[in-house]
Amino acid sequence: MSEDKNDSFLSRLKAAERRSGLKTEDDTKESADDKDGQSLATLALRAGTEMISALIVGVCIGWGLDKWLHTRAIFLIIFALLGGGAGVLNVWRLVKPPPV
Amino acid sequence: MAGGSSIDVLGQFELHSVFGGLGDALHFSQSPVYMMLAVVLVLAFLYFGMRPAAVVPGRFQAAAEVCYEFIRNMAIDTIGPEGASFFPFIFTLFFFILAGNYLGLLPFSYTFTSHIAVTFALAMMVFVLTVVVSLKVQGIRFFAHFMPAGASLALAPLLIPIEILSFLSRPVSLSIRLFANMVAGHVMFEIFASFVIMLAGFGVVGDVFAIGPIAINVALVALELLVGVLQAYVFAILTCIYLREAVAH
Repeated sequence: MSEDKNDSFLSRLKAAERRSGLKTEDDTKESADDKDGQSLATLALRAGTEMISALIVGVCIGWGLDKWLHTRAIFLIIFALLGGGAGVLNVWRLVKPPPV
Repeated sequence: MAGGSSIDVLGQFELHSVFGGLGDALHFSQSPVYMMLAVVLVLAFLYFGMRPAAVVPGRFQAAAEVCYEFIRNMAIDTIGPEGASFFPFIFTLFFFILAGNYLGLLPFSYTFTSHIAVTFALAMMVFVLTVVVSLKVQGIRFFAHFMPAGASLALAPLLIPIEILSFLSRPVSLSIRLFANMVAGHVMFEIFASFVIMLAGFGVVGDVFAIGPIAINVALVALELLVGVLQAYVFAILTCIYLREAVAH
């Protein structure tokens, strides 16, 4: 019985919203687009940080190894490249389609 | 802060010792003051919100309950049944960061989440926790994750370092994201506020044009309210995702 009541309330609410022009079909579509744009900007920002942070870690490790082993720049070069690769991997994990 | 024609956007992030001589001696700056304030505010919110413990909650209690259930559902939905044991940690993390972000929006206040030292410490805490939980749950098999399944052995010398670096970059990206968002927001506030002061030097024309930057700053406050909660949420949900990987068998 309470479910019935709830249903009738929801339908009445929907009708009232449509009457007062609060919620139209266009409105819902627009808000969905808005949400998409928001998440796209957030995604782009996240992808940037993921890429940079892997590179930072790679450069830090390479620089530290060079300093420790007194080899000039060989580990920095290797780990900067690996860090860049790890950055791309991070971004791929972020944007890859969900497993089917 | 904007002295003459130059804009000093980073001055707002400087630390000064507070409380006179005692603060000087202890190197006690605004940052820990606002951290304590954030902790006290969150605790007071929960304590006074839940004190009535009414079956039908009032507004204040309903707000506290919504916050509790929101994080609890997030933790359990993301991590799984084990999430209940990490819920207090995630709740603390989320509301500490949220309170820090929002306290920073008050005039004359200070944003402790705008310092990489703070955000990196929080991220390292999460990182160490995930490593400890992984080692405890998965044992030695944890290290097998660094070799992608199905890859040829010849590529292992390349793939394993990349996987390790990708894993190590997690706390860095977690901390940089929060810190960069907070710094960017507050720098923008400062820049547009400085424009207003500069335009004020141009007489009546400047006064009219100064409406522009003021309007932008008002819009920025709304944006920063969104960013503040979004970044706290992202930090919490990523912690949940990392913990889910840690407890997965």
